[in-house]
Amino acid sequence: MNAWKLVPLGTIAALALTGCGGGGGESGTGGTPGSTAAVAFPVDTTTAATITGTVRFAGTRPTLARIDMSEEATCAGKHPNGAFDESVVVNSNGTLANVYVYVKEGLSPSLTFPVPSEAVTINQDGCVYHPRVFGIQVGQTLNIQNSDGLLHNIKAVPTINRPFNISQPTNMTTTRTFTTPEIMVPLECNVHSWMNAFVGVTNHPYHATTGADGSFTIRRLPPGTYTIEIRHERYGASTQQVTVGASESKTVEFTVRG
Amino acid sequence: MSPSKRAMGNGQWAMGPRRALAYCLLPIAAAALAALGPAQSPQSGADDRGRAVYVKWCAGCHGDQGRGDGPAARHLLPKPRDFTRAVYQIRTTANGELPRGADLRRVVDDGMPGTSMPGWRTTLSGQDREAVVRYVRSFSPAFAGAEPAALDFGGDPGGGQAAIDSGRALYRGIECWKCHGEAGRGDGPSAPRLEDDWDFPIRAASLTENWLFNGGGDVEDIYRRLLTGLDGTPMPSFTSSVEGGQYAFADLWRIAHYVRSLSPAEPPRPADVVRAALVAALPAAPDDSAWAAVDRFWVPLVGQVIVNARWFAPTVSGVWVQAVHDGSSLVLRVSWTDPSESPDSTWNLWRTRVAAHMAHDDSAAAADPAPLPDRVVVQFPLRVPTGMDRPYFLAGSPDEAVYLWQWESAPRAAVEATARGLDAVSPLAASSDSLRAAAVYDRGEWRVQLTRSLTTADSTDRLQFVTGRAIPMAVFAWDGSNGEAGTRGAVGSWISIYLAEPGRAGTFVWPLVMMLATAGLVLLVIRRAQHAARAAGTAGQSTIRTPDTAEAV
Repeated sequence: MNAWKLVPLGTIAALALTGCGGGGGESGTGGTPGSTAAVAFPVDTTTAATITGTVRFAGTRPTLARIDMSEEATCAGKHPNGAFDESVVVNSNGTLANVYVYVKEGLSPSLTFPVPSEAVTINQDGCVYHPRVFGIQVGQTLNIQNSDGLLHNIKAVPTINRPFNISQPTNMTTTRTFTTPEIMVPLECNVHSWMNAFVGVTNHPYHATTGADGSFTIRRLPPGTYTIEIRHERYGASTQQVTVGASESKTVEFTVRG
Repeated sequence: MSPSKRAMGNGQWAMGPRRALAYCLLPIAAAALAALGPAQSPQSGADDRGRAVYVKWCAGCHGDQGRGDGPAARHLLPKPRDFTRAVYQIRTTANGELPRGADLRRVVDDGMPGTSMPGWRTTLSGQDREAVVRYVRSFSPAFAGAEPAALDFGGDPGGGQAAIDSGRALYRGIECWKCHGEAGRGDGPSAPRLEDDWDFPIRAASLTENWLFNGGGDVEDIYRRLLTGLDGTPMPSFTSSVEGGQYAFADLWRIAHYVRSLSPAEPPRPADVVRAALVAALPAAPDDSAWAAVDRFWVPLVGQVIVNARWFAPTVSGVWVQAVHDGSSLVLRVSWTDPSESPDSTWNLWRTRVAAHMAHDDSAAAADPAPLPDRVVVQFPLRVPTGMDRPYFLAGSPDEAVYLWQWESAPRAAVEATARGLDAVSPLAASSDSLRAAAVYDRGEWRVQLTRSLTTADSTDRLQFVTGRAIPMAVFAWDGSNGEAGTRGAVGSWISIYLAEPGRAGTFVWPLVMMLATAGLVLLVIRRAQHAARAAGTAGQSTIRTPDTAEAV
């Protein structure tokens, strides 16, 4: 069903450029220092490093299939220009959206991160998941919101965490958490087979998802050498190693071949 | 292939793995399956007894490693459970939780209705069943922790018509019909696209056949499924909408009462005899109100697994047959649940997925994309038999033909035929007294009315019906949207149809007489066998096989 784990990415070796990261991308922020969480943020933020980057798309843009929502008038009405399959979203600047980026290796196992107090929300609106791809930390609250006022079920099909399958027959919000790191957990609606989302579960806050400009930023890293992995539902995984010193910012470029 | 009676009957069953896969549907056959593959398992720490039971009785379908990939799995749909994922449908625990040991034990004891999983209560001792539950848990480390608590399901606040009516409104309101259909026959708009967690196609249950519900068909069973969901399937839990305040537990009880009301009060008993009452006026159409007053008889069907290409996943689990005659014509109404009015392109994806997950050696035409109609065949002998002999049940044989009524959904028409085997069907030319048909497809149900005069000008190739006699009859059905055609379909064994005689009460007497005569004959045979055995014993034979011991497996 998805290529998260199966297909190696056709990536071009990227340049690791020193410099100030271009902001604006999705940011993986952890709990704020001094928050009321039982565990304090274990990294000295005065010397912390930042990794930014962009995921570029090379090759032919796939044609996105139109989704037939005629059986669900409420949802069809929310897409006056039609709804399209979002399994591959190439931005106007040639970058790729909906790529999950996270620190795969390199963090000291002795580091324990507080669970962010703010929840992550996935909204079912217009029979589409918003966001489609996102990260969450173990134990962090996931708000599952139905804004369509019609029956959705949201089913998690993990292989490590326990599954769930919740019926939401009307406008409502349900919360769930994940107990174990798992990259990625598919979410799906069986009433509307075109509805798919993917959540990456980590036990640290160093994750991000590319948006409309294809960039990502991972902040507040302790100095060190890290394996950064990107995941795309169609094009699979790719990794790069990055070393950052104290207070340093580095940029990594990934290129995904379509 | 020109299957003779002998080849289709016993000959095929003795051949290699084929025998075993056909047998997998029966608990009695697991021993045969155990012989198919290596019997070692890597599970350490699980007790030997559980492993031995598993290897002997379960691995044929569920696989040596518990991955649901035993030799028989490729012929089954729904597929055998993959134990390594520790995701189970039937639980008393919350959605997403592990099952309790008692939940697994219930499935081992009673089986999973509507699937190939039989109950083992009468086959295995209680200790063996407990041991195998422990062993099955050892396939996943998820079971290492403490057992989750059972939910408190509370008590049924009561049913009655008010609860059912309220439940019907709720069924619409929370959109159960999106999958299960407006009339509950598993024909909702989302049904053709449903997949389970292993990406196998899965049916939305037909709620009119509660005896096939995986977790049991009582009101309480249905209520529990609403609360827990059926993990691994598209069926979600409705607990969150109670906790969120959108609905109340009492609402879910009302839905359970409504769903229960869609099925008969008791599971239907398979009919031996379809009685055709004598009436003054025949029903004019499949939905003539007169049919409401006519007794209906349940004829169970199973996949055709005797000749290639076999079919283990038929859509139609049985048909209801009603019959009346007026002394000059016989009218049958055959009704069955089928979630698709084939050919229906919205089911193409379903058909493709079914073909992809069923063994291709047994499904030669699986990839055939041509649209297929739904079909029903009512089979009779060419002549009313004088003794107990009947043609081979599967479309006759080269030496003894059968007479068929064949109805198809597209083009919607019925023809008569004779057959000397499944691959030797000869349609009969239409005539003024040919079979007439009319059909209605209504929200997941076919109702097909078939009418023919009792006697016809052609008495060579067409059965001449008589009153007051038990006439052999069998029914077969195909769902085109499930990829069913030819030998891939659902078949039933011979039963009888009995046309009431004018002015006589013979309708009920004759079957009774036949039963008594049969029972008498059986007794006679047994007594003679025992007598012979005793005589042999006194004559110094060392072994006496009574019918009882001979029957033991």
